[in-house]
Amino acid sequence: MELTVNGAGRSVAAGASVADLVRDIVAHPRGVAVAVNGEVVPRTGWPARALRDGDRVEVLTAAQGG
Amino acid sequence: MPLELGGKTFTSRLILGTGGAANLHVLEQAIRASGTELVTLALRRVGTAPGSTGGLLELLDRCGVRLLPNTAGCHTATEAVTVARLARDAFDTDWVKLEVIGDERTLLPDGVELLRAAEELVADGFTVLPYTSDDPVLARRLADVGCAAVMPAGSPIGSGLGIGNPHHIRLIRQGVDVPVILDAGIGTASDAALAMELGCDGVLLASAVTRAADPVAMATAMRYAVEAGRLAARAGRIERRFHALASTPDEGRPEL
Repeated sequence: MELTVNGAGRSVAAGASVADLVRDIVAHPRGVAVAVNGEVVPRTGWPARALRDGDRVEVLTAAQGG
Repeated sequence: MPLELGGKTFTSRLILGTGGAANLHVLEQAIRASGTELVTLALRRVGTAPGSTGGLLELLDRCGVRLLPNTAGCHTATEAVTVARLARDAFDTDWVKLEVIGDERTLLPDGVELLRAAEELVADGFTVLPYTSDDPVLARRLADVGCAAVMPAGSPIGSGLGIGNPHHIRLIRQGVDVPVILDAGIGTASDAALAMELGCDGVLLASAVTRAADPVAMATAMRYAVEAGRLAARAGRIERRFHALASTPDEGRPEL
């Protein structure tokens, strides 16, 4: 299925969860947060949250900021 | 006397922002030199913004500082509340430096959206430290809805213009019962000292240190400036006089 991840198109296997996607993108999930279609998906809910075709996913992490 | 903020105690009254540092090595040295115990950071897409390629959290761990995530770049209450909740999930802290920007050129806050976001986040259990303008009424409203501090801008973010309206900073200090942290606009050490002399409880700055030619030297200067300003504020300064008042006595002056 096709997702938009951090603003760019990305294909993932059908049935993939948020946890699967995060594992594909970052080596260590510490300091990572995820929103799907503008809604926060808390860390504890990543494995159970199935992704759907067309989902807009933001995978965010710590960055320098004032 | 330490700074009491959000139920925690801080020996240092300097809060350092991590934005603008050329690299993580310089940032770490600057954090250590500043003596800060509370450091801001942002949430950005993985692998895009400086620091987001890894190592920032480990660095902050090594320095032993508490994290203060910001909502930089948010323009609405809804957006800022969502970013605060994402930051809580990412960094395991319910502290937030709440920023809701209302104007692109000055980066001054949108007071209406800011107050709305503050109210919602306080109700959700956050320790809210709002970046606000130097408006004493808005500062009071933010304190009234339960913010743990108010953080008025001295002048626009990154401008280095110092404190544009010292009188308003004093009025804010008089008008609220929570700590007042001067946030934004600091250019050099004298600006930070002035903030403390005006009665502020702390100073938050980033660019003044991270974009200085020598960030580590400026971090050291800011550390002393905040301490000096705090000491001076409590030392009871002399009255300003129109004419001179000799400090050497007239008595005993020789006739030559």
